[in-house]
Amino acid sequence: MIDDEQVILDAVHKIASADGLKVDPVLNAEKALEKLSNNKYSLILCDIMMTGIDGFKFLEELYKKKIKTPVIMITGYSTVENAVKSLVNGAIDFIPKPFTFEEISSAINRGLRFSRLQKNISQGKNKSESVTYVPCPPKYKRLGNISWMNLESEGIAGVGSTDLFLEIINEVLKVELLELEDDIIQGNVCARFETDDSLIHNFLAPLSGRIIERNNKLLSNPKLLEKDPYFEGWLYKVIPSDVEYEEKYLVPCSSDRM
Amino acid sequence: MKLTDVISKISLKLIFTVGIVTIAILGVHSFLSIKAQRNELLSQAEIYANKLSETIRNSTHLSMLENRSDQTHHIINTIAQEPGIREIRIFNKEGSIIFSSQKEFIGQMVDKNAESCYACHTANEPLEKLPMEERMRIYDSPQDSSRILGIINPIYNEPSCWEADCHVHPAEQKVLGVLDVKLSLKDVDTQIANSEFRSIMLAVIAIALLSLIIGIFVRKWIEKPVNELVNATEQVGTGNLNYLIKDLGSDELGLLAKSFNNMTRKLSEARTQLFQSDKMASLGRLAAGVAHEINNPLTGVLTYSSFLLKRTQNNPELNEDLKVIVRETKRSREIVKSLLDFSRQSVPKKHDAEINEIISNALSVVDNQLSLKQIKLEKNLDSALPKITVDSNQMQQVFINLLVNAADAIGEKGGMIKISSSLISLSPYGIAHIKTAVCPKRHDLTENEIRIDGMPTIKVKVKSNGNEGFIHLDPVYGKHRHQYNIEITDRKKIHVSCPRCNISLMEEDFICPDCGSTVYNFEVPPQGFFESCTNPACKWQRWNAIDEAGERNYVKLKVSDNGSSIPADDLPKIFEPFFSTKGQKGTGLGLAVIWGIIDNHDGMINVESEIGKGTTFTIHLPVKV
Repeated sequence: MIDDEQVILDAVHKIASADGLKVDPVLNAEKALEKLSNNKYSLILCDIMMTGIDGFKFLEELYKKKIKTPVIMITGYSTVENAVKSLVNGAIDFIPKPFTFEEISSAINRGLRFSRLQKNISQGKNKSESVTYVPCPPKYKRLGNISWMNLESEGIAGVGSTDLFLEIINEVLKVELLELEDDIIQGNVCARFETDDSLIHNFLAPLSGRIIERNNKLLSNPKLLEKDPYFEGWLYKVIPSDVEYEEKYLVPCSSDRM
Repeated sequence: MKLTDVISKISLKLIFTVGIVTIAILGVHSFLSIKAQRNELLSQAEIYANKLSETIRNSTHLSMLENRSDQTHHIINTIAQEPGIREIRIFNKEGSIIFSSQKEFIGQMVDKNAESCYACHTANEPLEKLPMEERMRIYDSPQDSSRILGIINPIYNEPSCWEADCHVHPAEQKVLGVLDVKLSLKDVDTQIANSEFRSIMLAVIAIALLSLIIGIFVRKWIEKPVNELVNATEQVGTGNLNYLIKDLGSDELGLLAKSFNNMTRKLSEARTQLFQSDKMASLGRLAAGVAHEINNPLTGVLTYSSFLLKRTQNNPELNEDLKVIVRETKRSREIVKSLLDFSRQSVPKKHDAEINEIISNALSVVDNQLSLKQIKLEKNLDSALPKITVDSNQMQQVFINLLVNAADAIGEKGGMIKISSSLISLSPYGIAHIKTAVCPKRHDLTENEIRIDGMPTIKVKVKSNGNEGFIHLDPVYGKHRHQYNIEITDRKKIHVSCPRCNISLMEEDFICPDCGSTVYNFEVPPQGFFESCTNPACKWQRWNAIDEAGERNYVKLKVSDNGSSIPADDLPKIFEPFFSTKGQKGTGLGLAVIWGIIDNHDGMINVESEIGKGTTFTIHLPVKV
């Protein structure tokens, strides 16, 4: 856990310890990199705005050092756009400050699940045993490993959750959606999934726009989400507001198959 | 040079010129009139002299015949007493003075070269007949400074002379003698001198008066207005763009003053917009900084309290209290977030929207407040408006803020708010600007280093007469604030090319329709080609795609109230962050935020306020082509 604010370190430490996790808090990225070369970690939580090496440089260093440990970025609301950028640069998720106990807890949970999944895939070449996930269709674009969007006809975009995201959370019991005509903003929460481990997972919008249709079937049948996340399990149809600008923060799913 | 020097120079030059012209006119006039007067006076004097001479000859005729010289003397003396007559004398052919009004000259000989004689005796042989005008002569008196008019009257021999008893004159003599009358021209000269003096006095007085009048009027009509203008220029020079020149009438200087005022007003508006951009940017940075700083302590509160909340589920009393803490901390989180939204840190999320619908939504929010305050609302919305691309939330915020401000300005006594929307067209010429430019090989021609009005310029390479250099073109269509770093000597031989690959940008088979020079062009993707004349003195430019699109449409939105007006001094400041007229009630962020939102939508917002009439906010938002 890297943050230049002691109170954040303490809070995360306390929450994670309560879940039975071991936390190694550090006040700056330099020290973190030092520790990373000696120890193995399952998950890194890292603030973006720090003096010295900031969150972006930290991600770069990890890439250079070929450290594959998943990273969740932590950032203030002022830098949501930066946080979205960090997803392109290798972070798996981000969580805006100030966060609640539930938010950080579910994010850590997802991160650890992701870490485990990653380990399984790289180790367990015996494909039969490991649980794999379905990558999104090549036409789609995704925000990190969280949400996808697909430009349909007449300037309408479909929005949904990636299979990987659903893979790292427990079974979804309840889906909370926004109303029609509401605006969604890239990188901001646009839905909540309640899972059977009583965690609530914030689902981030892949692009900004206005909701013109939502998949009401999900409200009564949340299982549809996992069954067919890329087609029947869509969340919203939106009119994008600035897709040209926001597309650069999205990863084309066609690149996943190379 | 000081202003007073300029002014006095204008006055002096005018006075000097007018003075010379006056002197010339009066001089010529005086010269001619004095000459005419002099001739007139002289001819009168001559006629008088002639008559006098004839009278004397006739009067003395009889006494001569009778040879009564005492009587002749008497007659001559009597007549000579008339004022103005200097001398009357008669001398014989030999020049001996026989009679004279001045006795001492009698018997003396007259020199043949004397004034009285030379009329006849200039030729070798003395004349016997003299025409009238040659008998006159004017000469200066040997005694004093006055002039003398002399007239000689030959006394011819006649039968009664040689037949008389005295036998003084033989019959063969033709001329017996000469009557010479000398008149003083003193009166005539005095009159002429007086006339001359009067003319000079007139000229002097005229010049003095003219100088005075010119001086006064130059002062009143030129010096004062110019002073005022120079003063205004100095004020504007030192940055006071609110300085207004008071009404200077409707003459050329008055018009200059009006256009000067207009210019400073425009400058002031432009500066306000610039200041706003700057301030909003700083405010954005400030808010982002504040948000970041507050986020950390808030995170501490929120995590610990929500953690406690979970751990105290068995303790309902504590649990309830903690719920309040969590709820309120979450509220703080939303406030921080909306502060960031306000301060433009959040990029507007634009989509096509009906502006009238946004206005109606805003109205429904403030409806209650308006009716409570007994404010009547007059809506005048153009139902045929096209959709425009806006962030409807932000735009709604704009209208809510404007309406609440209007209601506050009206206060408790009731009033009227008018809100209207309409479609207007504004010409792209002087507004549309080139954002990208490429050569035929797709090299980027835009130059970020050198900017005009903050916008990147278009850089092209120019060859002219062996010189090579660059022109940084003004990116605004129709404005010609180009920067040349090459001297163009021969306007006929200019070659324009891409600064990177040197490919020619010249247009073949086409010359400038205005001046006949060559024309170059470059592509402005995706808006076709931009063409421009190579001649630096020619302003011909053509941007077909923009011209064909014609005037750009804007949606014009007006919110006016008839409440208390904004003082003129405050008007330029009202869009500044933290400027508030509401004292403790307002945050001073409302109008600054509105300004930021409109600016973010490529729009313009203006305010007008008049005492007794109220305040009007006008917004122009571009309609997407």
